[in-house]
Amino acid sequence: MKTIEVPAMARVEGEGGLYIGLQSGEAVEIRLDIYEPPRFFEGFLRGRFLQEVPDITARICGICPVAYQMSSALALENALGVSVSAEVRALRRLMYCGEYIESHALHMYMLQAPDLFGKESAFELAEMEPETVKKALRLKKIGNELLKAIGGRSVHPVNVCVGGFYSWPDGTVLKAMLPELTWGLEAAMQAVKWSTTLHYPKLEINYEFVALHEEKEYGLMGSEVWSSRGRKLAIRDYEKTYIEEHVRHSNALHSHTVDGGTYLVGPLARLNLNHDQLAPIAKQALKEAGIKLPLKNPYKSFIARAVELVQFFKEAIDIVQAYAPAGPAHMELDLKAGEGCGASEAPRGTLYHRYQIDDHGLIQSAKIVPPTAQNLPRIEADLFAMAPALVVMPEAAATRQAEDLVRAYDPCISCATHFLKLKMEERDSSCK
Amino acid sequence: MAKSKPTVAVFKFSSCDGCQLSLLNMEDELLDLAAAVDIAFFLEATRAARPGPYDIAIVEGSVTTEHEASRIEEIRSEAKTLIALGTCATAGGIQALRNFADASQLASAVYAHPEYLNYLETSKPVSAYVKPDLELWGCPVNKGQVLEVITSLLAGRKPNLPTHTVCMECKQRGTSCVLVDSGTLCLGPVTQTGCGAICPALRRGCYGCFGPAGQANLKSLSGVLQGLQVHEGEAARLFRGISGYAPAFQKAAYEILVQAKGVVK
Repeated sequence: MKTIEVPAMARVEGEGGLYIGLQSGEAVEIRLDIYEPPRFFEGFLRGRFLQEVPDITARICGICPVAYQMSSALALENALGVSVSAEVRALRRLMYCGEYIESHALHMYMLQAPDLFGKESAFELAEMEPETVKKALRLKKIGNELLKAIGGRSVHPVNVCVGGFYSWPDGTVLKAMLPELTWGLEAAMQAVKWSTTLHYPKLEINYEFVALHEEKEYGLMGSEVWSSRGRKLAIRDYEKTYIEEHVRHSNALHSHTVDGGTYLVGPLARLNLNHDQLAPIAKQALKEAGIKLPLKNPYKSFIARAVELVQFFKEAIDIVQAYAPAGPAHMELDLKAGEGCGASEAPRGTLYHRYQIDDHGLIQSAKIVPPTAQNLPRIEADLFAMAPALVVMPEAAATRQAEDLVRAYDPCISCATHFLKLKMEERDSSCK
Repeated sequence: MAKSKPTVAVFKFSSCDGCQLSLLNMEDELLDLAAAVDIAFFLEATRAARPGPYDIAIVEGSVTTEHEASRIEEIRSEAKTLIALGTCATAGGIQALRNFADASQLASAVYAHPEYLNYLETSKPVSAYVKPDLELWGCPVNKGQVLEVITSLLAGRKPNLPTHTVCMECKQRGTSCVLVDSGTLCLGPVTQTGCGAICPALRRGCYGCFGPAGQANLKSLSGVLQGLQVHEGEAARLFRGISGYAPAFQKAAYEILVQAKGVVK
């Protein structure tokens, strides 16, 4: 019996393993085993007051708490039939810029780059490429500082509420960040060029890309869900088309399209579907680096993240320069019973929330569809496609290649568990 | 060659990864820190993994499965110094809200096939299973405090950590009191500081991320909060939040609920 086993997947958020079942040397079953324990958020949100929700859902993920806060707030505002002011919307985008910068810099340089250079960690990479890692840390720090300036702290910020923000952040603190943001924009432009010089494994997949779309801005908190197969949906129809189910081997739910297909959310999907809405400087970065869209290689999500860094540094600069808050930071809410849904683009992909509330504003039911749950079946399908090559490789190399693929997706298992151990096993041929 | 560097291992239990991220978020110190220690196990950051024993084991997350319950015993037996990192590891975390409900009902609310799941009825802190040498509270932890703990261990001295309340920190930073000013419910008078009193500074009440302070007068605050609450159940829910399974907050919520309705659970 041939068995390949990795105790646990490294450089991903959360815990899981990979199982490949072989029959006569051919892969017959692929499973991403998610053993990140379930935490039952949707269960214990019931009976909580709606204004507690953004603070609770933030705790689903320490890497992208802002995404959870935003999708919660949007869904609950939808349930109450209110929409926030233009100033609040702009500040929410700015806060999201901070999260994208922090999360993308973390994933690109500390989680995925070591794979592209054949290293075990960013610490090892730092011995070979000290300037690259120092630059990465500076980029990441800018994102975290921006989050802190708006939300009090970078992990689980405390300023987001349903209806807006508890307080307007101090404009002088934000404006003092402009020199670092300007450095970051230039560094991100260089990162796009650098990203196209790296060696990516060859793999092209005909994905169905899915992302939120906004008419005038790069999709973050859009009102429509677009797909590369031509579907254009209102967010309220999300669950009718993208269906979540519970499979035995996983504490993370799995999603598929209504016609049974897999789909991909995240940076590749966003860039491929929404490049028309990129800022001119991000379009220029694409052009100068000679990047042809659509990008269909999952490893090249690295390039898409670099382009998004340019986009969000540029947006952050523009929003900070224009920042002059007027009026209340949040609206007064009239509580009434209702149901509402909302979605935003977490750095890892579309994050959908739906809540039912009673007339006291207490949560009656909650539904949260995280990006990684949507990507898991697609990752399994990619590994299945890769399996014939894996089974003839030496054990260590096969493990590494499978892990590298999974990491390229930037899975957030803490989010979806609701992550990797590679085990390749020749099944007993007498078993049916 | 100088003496060998201390081995450090970082483990994840049931959690959001945010406290481990606080380690990676020490952008200014990270490379120096990584050079000062021997990182033997830290899955979020590196594939390289070595078995124990370890000089310092840092555990993020709470114990919510049988597997985790046996793993924490193993880690304890392999670690010279065991640090429980963050409110999940010190009090069970937000997922300890299941301890006040029927976990199987919660599971049914989320999963179509709860029978596929393996989980314990409760989410408990590390201390419910083994004795940690040091508990560092926070949701998330304060990275300055994490750095202080690690450097003090490397230097062989006791860490210097604050023990006063968020309330006191508001006074230090000159934030006017949200409780007094606007009648906003706030756990600042009974919560350990470490966050920097950021909530009141943003004109909202503290919700207890860093757990109960040692000298807290829960009974007194509890009465005040019940008098101020606008929505029924607000005061009890405030105690029963991020640090809700910490004994002092558990008791406070329980007493309010019993008093209000005779509700017991």
